Amino acid sequence: MLSPGLILLVSAAYMGLLFAVARFGDARADAGRSIITANVYALSLAVYCTSWTFYGSVGRATSGGLSFLTIYIGPTLMLLFAGVIVKMIRIAKTQRLTSIADFIAARYGKSQLLAGLVTVIAVIGIVPYIALQLKAVAASLDVLIGKEGAGYLPAMFDSTLIIAALLALFTILFGTRHLDATERHEGMVAAVAFESVVKLVAFVAVGLFVTYGMFGGFAELFQRAAATPGLERLLQLDSAKAGTWAALILLSGLAIIFLPRQFQIIVVENVDESHLRRAVWLFPLYLVLINIFVLPLALGGLLHFQGQTFNPDTFVLTLPLARGAETLALLVFIGGLSAATGMVIVETIALSTMVCNDLVMPWLLRTRRFGVAEREDLSGLLLGIRRVAIVAILLLGYIYFRAAGEAYALVGIGLISFAAVAQFAPAVFGGMYWKQGTHAGAVAGLLVGFAVWLYTLLLPSFAKSGWIDKGFVENGLFGIGALKAQALFGLAGLDEISHSLWWSLFVNIGLYVAVSLWSRPDAVEAGQAERFVDVFKHAGRGTDARLWRGTASAEELVGLLDRFLGRPRARQQLANYAAGRGLDDWRSLPVDAEFVRFAETQLSGAIGSASARVMVASVAKEEDLGLDEVLDILDEATQVRAYSRELEAKQQELEAATAELREANERLRELDRMKDDFISTVTHELRTPLTSIRALSEMLHEDPEIDVDDRTRFLGIIVNEAERLTRLINQILDMAKLESGRAEWTTGEVDVAAIVREAMDSVGQLFRDKAVALEGEIPDSVPAVLADRDRLTQVMINLLSNAVKFVAGGSGRVKVRVVAGERALRVEVIDNGPGLTPEECVVIFEKFRQGGNTMTDKPQGTGLGLPISRQIVEYFGGNLWVESSPGAGATFVFTVPLPAHE
Amino acid sequence: MAKKILIVDDEPNIVISLEFLMKKEGFDVAVAGDGEEALAKVAAFGPDLVLLDVMMPKKSGFEVCEALRADPARGGLLIVMLTAKGRDTEVAKGIALGADAYVTKPFSTKELVAKVKGMLAA
Repeated sequence: MLSPGLILLVSAAYMGLLFAVARFGDARADAGRSIITANVYALSLAVYCTSWTFYGSVGRATSGGLSFLTIYIGPTLMLLFAGVIVKMIRIAKTQRLTSIADFIAARYGKSQLLAGLVTVIAVIGIVPYIALQLKAVAASLDVLIGKEGAGYLPAMFDSTLIIAALLALFTILFGTRHLDATERHEGMVAAVAFESVVKLVAFVAVGLFVTYGMFGGFAELFQRAAATPGLERLLQLDSAKAGTWAALILLSGLAIIFLPRQFQIIVVENVDESHLRRAVWLFPLYLVLINIFVLPLALGGLLHFQGQTFNPDTFVLTLPLARGAETLALLVFIGGLSAATGMVIVETIALSTMVCNDLVMPWLLRTRRFGVAEREDLSGLLLGIRRVAIVAILLLGYIYFRAAGEAYALVGIGLISFAAVAQFAPAVFGGMYWKQGTHAGAVAGLLVGFAVWLYTLLLPSFAKSGWIDKGFVENGLFGIGALKAQALFGLAGLDEISHSLWWSLFVNIGLYVAVSLWSRPDAVEAGQAERFVDVFKHAGRGTDARLWRGTASAEELVGLLDRFLGRPRARQQLANYAAGRGLDDWRSLPVDAEFVRFAETQLSGAIGSASARVMVASVAKEEDLGLDEVLDILDEATQVRAYSRELEAKQQELEAATAELREANERLRELDRMKDDFISTVTHELRTPLTSIRALSEMLHEDPEIDVDDRTRFLGIIVNEAERLTRLINQILDMAKLESGRAEWTTGEVDVAAIVREAMDSVGQLFRDKAVALEGEIPDSVPAVLADRDRLTQVMINLLSNAVKFVAGGSGRVKVRVVAGERALRVEVIDNGPGLTPEECVVIFEKFRQGGNTMTDKPQGTGLGLPISRQIVEYFGGNLWVESSPGAGATFVFTVPLPAHE
Repeated sequence: MAKKILIVDDEPNIVISLEFLMKKEGFDVAVAGDGEEALAKVAAFGPDLVLLDVMMPKKSGFEVCEALRADPARGGLLIVMLTAKGRDTEVAKGIALGADAYVTKPFSTKELVAKVKGMLAA
C-alpha cells in the first residue's frame, strides 16, 4: 500500500503544476496572446467528465451494461446543434452575461427575481454533485492507503472535510485571484484542459493495463464474460430499457449546456465562436476514447473479483493494486483527482459568481445597513463575497455527503443534478427562439418544474438515506395514492430519473407556454426578447441606443465603474471604449444612451445584468419608455429590416423580369427577322411571274406591229405566269391557314387506297406528256383511317407532280406503294430521279426551298408543296419524310395512323 | 456598230421578254441561264452591258458581279442588276459590289430601255 505522505506529496506537486499552467494562461491572456485555441477549448469542455465518469462509469457498467453510454451520447447529439450554441454564445457576448442565471434573468427583463430563483435551483441541484466529487476523492484515497493507513489522521479530522477545505482553497486561488471581477478566466480554462488530458491518459493507461496486462485483450475478455453466468447480459442491449435510454440521452444532452460549469466553459469562457466547430468533433472523440475501456474494466473487475465484495466504483484502482502496480494506481488516483478538481473548481466558480451577483449583491445593495451603496471600491467586496460563497458551497457539498452520500451509487447522484438543471431548458430555449415567452411564464415554469423535481427526485433520495420519512414515496403524500413521489398520478413503471424528468419538464413547459401566452411583457422585457431572439440581426447598436432615453452624469457613471471594476480596470475600459468611438480622452465622451449602455454592459460583466440595471438606474434618470413605445421602436427596426429585405427581393424580381424581357425581346426579334425573311421571299416569288407578265404585256400594248407568232407565244406566257401567280397566292394563303390553325378540315373515315388511285388518275396526263412510267402496288382494300379526303388527295398529287418533275423524260419511272402496317398506313412514292443529298432531304421541307442547288430552280414549283403536305400529314398524326441519296432516286413516304382498336 | 447586251436570268420567260425588248431596240443580244454560263458568255461575247439577275442557280448575280469587277480587262463593262428582292440592303449590296445600276422587278420596259440607252450613250 502507498504511504499517505507520498500521496500527499504527489497530489501537492500535481496541484502546483496545475497552478503553474493557470498562471501561464493568465499571463498570456494579460499580454494579449491568448493560449485558448480551438483544441484547448474543446478539451476544456471535457470538464463534463468528472470523477463520476472516471470511477462511476465502470460501476454503472457492472450493473447496467452499455447504458452508461447514454450520458455521452446526449452531449454528442447536443453539439450537433452548434447553431443553437453559437446563438447562445453571441447573446452572452453581446450582453456580457456571466452565468446561466444571468442569461435567463437578462432575457426576461433583467429580473432579479429570476436570477435569484435560477441561482437557488442551481445551488440546490448541484450541491449533491459536488458531494459526489468529495466522495469520489475520499473513496479513492481510502482504497489507495488501505486499512493499514486508516490511522493516518487524528480522529477529529475527517479526510473528506480536509479534501473539501483544500479544494475550496485551491478554487479561491484559481478563480478569484484577480482583483478585477470579470467573467472570464483563461488560466482556469487552460488548467481544466490540461486536467482533461491527464484524466484521459490515466484512464486509458489503466484500461490498457487491465485489458492487455491482466487479460488477453478485448476478444478474450468479452469471450470470458459471455461465458460467465450473469455477465453475458451486460453485453446485450436491452430493448425494454429504450425509454430510460431516451430520458438519459435527453437529460445529458441538456446537462452539457445547462450545468453551471458547462455554461461557464462553453458560453462564458468562449473566446471565438469558430472554436465550437472544432469542439463539435473533438469533444465527442474525447468521450469515445475515455469510454472505450469502461466495459472491459467493468468485466475485468467482475471476473477478477468473482465472489468477493469490492465496490465496482473503485475497480480502476483496485484492479491495478491487485496486481501490485502501485505507480499505475497513483497515476489513476491523480487522474481521478483531476476529474474531481476540474469539476469542483469550475462549478464552484460558476456558482459563486451566481450567488454573489444574483443573491448577495442585490440584497446588499438594497439594505442600507452595511453602507454598501456608499462604499468607494466594491471590487474587493465582490471578490470577498465570491470567496465566501466558494467555501459555503463546498461546505454544503460536504454536509450533503455526510447526510445522504452513502445511500446512492455515484451515478445516481449525478443524474439528480442533471435533472435539476434540465429545468432551465424551457426558459432558455423559449427565450432564444420565442419572443412571446414572458417573465411570468419563466418564473411559473421554473418554480413548478423545480418543485416537481424536488418532490419526485431529491426528497426521495433523502428518504432513501433515512433522513426523512418514506411515507410520501411509498403511499403518497397524506396517504393519497396519486401523489406517490415516484409514481405520480399513476405513472408507474418508469425508473425514477425518467419519471421525474418527464413530469417536471411536462409541467415546466406547459406552464411556461400557458402563462407566457396569458401574460404581457413590460418594456424592458420586450426589448430584451427582441435582442435575444434576433441577436444575429441586431449587429448595429442603433436600436439599442434608442431603447434608452434619459439623463445621466458622466461623473456618476464613471464612479459606478470605478467602484465595481476597480479604478485601474475601469479607466482602462473607458479608454478602450473612447478609442472605439474615435476619441482620445474618455473625459470628452458624450453622456448619451450609448455610453450608458456601455457602462451597464461593463457592470453586467462584474455583477450580472439584473444588478447592473439597478445600479445604472440609481445614477441615471431614465425616462420610462412605455411598452407600446418600446414595441414601436422595435417594430420600426423590424420594419426597416423587412423593407430592406422586401426591396432586395423586389430588386431580384426586377432583375429576373428584365432578363426574361430581354430573352422575350430576343425571341421576338428572331421571329421578326424570320417574318421579314419570309415576306422578302414571298415578295420575290410574287414579283418574278409578275415581271414577265408586265414586260410582255407592255410590249404587246406599245407595239401593235408584233407578228402573230410572237404575239401568241407572249400571250401564252402571260397566261401561264398568271396561273402560276394565282397558284402561288393560293398556296401562300393555304400555308398561312395551316400554320395559324385556321384551316378548315372535314375529317371522316377515308379509304387511302382509293384516294391514291384517284390521284394517280388525275396526274396521269402529266406522266404521259413526259413519257414517264407510273405504276401502283396497291392492295384492293386497306383499313379506313380518319382523315380529310381532299387534303390527302392534295398531298398525293403534290408528291406525284414533284416526282414527275424531277425524273428524266422517257426513262423516268415512278412507283406508288400502299402498305397497311400495324399501327399506320404507309404510302410510298418511289422515283428514279437524280436523288437528294442528305442536306437536301431536310431543306426541301422548308418553305420556298426546292431541289436543285438554289432556292430558285424556277419555274418548276412554288416551293410550298412539301411544307404544306407535311403540315397536312402531321395534322392527322402521321409523318412525311424522304429517303434518298444522290443518284439513287428518292422515296417519299408518309404515314397515316390507323384508329386505335376498340 | 450595235452595242452588245448580255441578258442573264434563270427565268426563261423573263429572258424571252428581255431578249425581245433589247433586240427590238437594235442591240446585239446574248443570253445566259445561270451565273457560270454568264461568266463564260461575258468572255465569249464581250458585251458592253450586262443585265444581271441576282437570284440564280450555281452562282448568284452578286458573285458574278464581283468576279467581273475583279477582272481589270473588263473595266468599261456596265452592269445593271435586276432583282425581285426590293430591299434597301440588297440595293446597297449591289452598288457596293460595283454594279452601275439597280432595277427592281417588275420593271417598266420603257424606263429600262431608257436607262440602258442612257448608260451606253454616256
